[in-house]
Amino acid sequence: MNGIKIETTDLNLYYGNHHALKAVTMDIRADAVTALIGPSGCGKSTFLKALNRMNDLTKGVRITGRVRLDGVDIYASGVDMTALRRRVGMVFQQPNPFPMSIYDNIAYGPRIHGEKSRARLDAVVERSLRRAAIWEETKDRLKKPAAGLSGGQQQRLCIARALAVEPEVLLMDEPTSALDPASTLKIEELLLQLKRSYTVVIVTHNMQQAARVADDTAFFLAGEVIEKGRTKRLFSGAQDTRTRDYIAGRYG
Amino acid sequence: MTRKVNYSASLCRHDFGLLHARIKDAVAYTAIYLAAFYAVLVLAGIILYVFAKGFPVLDLPFFTTVTSVVNGTVGIAGNMVNTVYIVVLTLIAAVPTGVGAAVWLNEYAASCKAVRLIEFATETLTGIPSIVFGMFGMVFFGTTLGLGYSILTGALTLSLMILPLITRSTQEALRAVPDGYRDGAIGMGATKWHMIRTILLPSAMPGIVTGILLAVGRIVGESAALLFTAGSGYLLPDVGSGLVHKIMESGGTLTIQMYLSMARAEYDTAFGIAAVLLCMVLAFNLLLKLLTRRWNRISR
Repeated sequence: MNGIKIETTDLNLYYGNHHALKAVTMDIRADAVTALIGPSGCGKSTFLKALNRMNDLTKGVRITGRVRLDGVDIYASGVDMTALRRRVGMVFQQPNPFPMSIYDNIAYGPRIHGEKSRARLDAVVERSLRRAAIWEETKDRLKKPAAGLSGGQQQRLCIARALAVEPEVLLMDEPTSALDPASTLKIEELLLQLKRSYTVVIVTHNMQQAARVADDTAFFLAGEVIEKGRTKRLFSGAQDTRTRDYIAGRYG
Repeated sequence: MTRKVNYSASLCRHDFGLLHARIKDAVAYTAIYLAAFYAVLVLAGIILYVFAKGFPVLDLPFFTTVTSVVNGTVGIAGNMVNTVYIVVLTLIAAVPTGVGAAVWLNEYAASCKAVRLIEFATETLTGIPSIVFGMFGMVFFGTTLGLGYSILTGALTLSLMILPLITRSTQEALRAVPDGYRDGAIGMGATKWHMIRTILLPSAMPGIVTGILLAVGRIVGESAALLFTAGSGYLLPDVGSGLVHKIMESGGTLTIQMYLSMARAEYDTAFGIAAVLLCMVLAFNLLLKLLTRRWNRISR
């Protein structure tokens, strides 16, 4: 039985007048994969971003309620954003390697946190690329621009980049929706390995993907969590008809 | 009622309407062709004329001496040095401000109204005739701040003039940076300033440098705004502390000297300077083309 890594209590989020998240209360288990599913615009990405305060960047966002990481409120005053995002890393829908070398991409995070030693950076780069299962493809071209990699490779590079700062939680916003099936499969395999040491929260539009990789699943609709629980239970016998309909592909 | 047009018939039969259209097409084509040809012809004509008249004047002393009745020399060394001073000082004053303003407008400004107001202001600044900048610079920097006729006064005046250019090109370059870079860096825990310094500005650098090169072109070509601010000194600075004092002395750029030479009907010198200026413009354009092509290749 895994402990609780993140718990949200009565989390409300407004974009101006638009009520995007409605009293979301959810526990996210440590060292497990939690999938957030639901139709477009249901608030699942917004919820994901609330977990490392990426919504702070958006104009006109107002948040009430609590998000606790290991019991500590991340919206409390005095929370250090750099420290928070070091613990809660993020991978985006579009692979977004920086316009620099593969090596510098991976070293970007550690350098933010003050790492200067060349030897230690070398070690971090190799370890992160290995963990993201892309070391073999990149070890001979670490100094080459990351833009030269294929889309799937770029996304694994971004995962490696996120892992380089030793996060505890990895947030993934539809990480495979821009990738071909083969690359998607690789990332899914990777996820199953990563959950041994990281808490993963993944937004996905792909029901099969949720079924394949997620231990827990939460179904969002119009800013509310309609149903959440073990993926197996949700996919075999959801209690709410809306959940059943969505999983069966009747809308969304 | 719609009239049925039989196109296949009009291909074979002699059709006056169609002939008319064909003639119009031919006339328009010729006119457009001539217009394009005219533009090229004029450019080539000016370049050839200036070079033909100017190059005979260019010899080594022309570049290495200053005009002196005592020594019997005619040269533009002092003006070339002045031009370098003005370019460097103007850029020092305008680039940090212009880039800073663009970063603020693009990355920090929260209110759309403020942004639009500032963008409107910079656009308007671009349209102001340079002689107006010259008048303002003379009165404000020269008299009010007491900088007098000096290279510094001229450079500060020009920095106001090229500020919109730098801001504009930087803004456009920043807008072209994908949001994914911003999210990625912020998501890694970078502070905003760190993200701007390590990701945004390097990505936008080609656009910024292009803007700076265009600005240099304008500075080198400017005369009206400098005539009453930087003045028309043509002497070389004394080596040593004179190099610093020079910025407080009057100094005419190449264009100013050209204006003065023409005013004195010294057309040989004027053509010589014109040839030098044209060479510089051509060199700038070539450099711009090379850099743009290189950057495009790298980013691909």
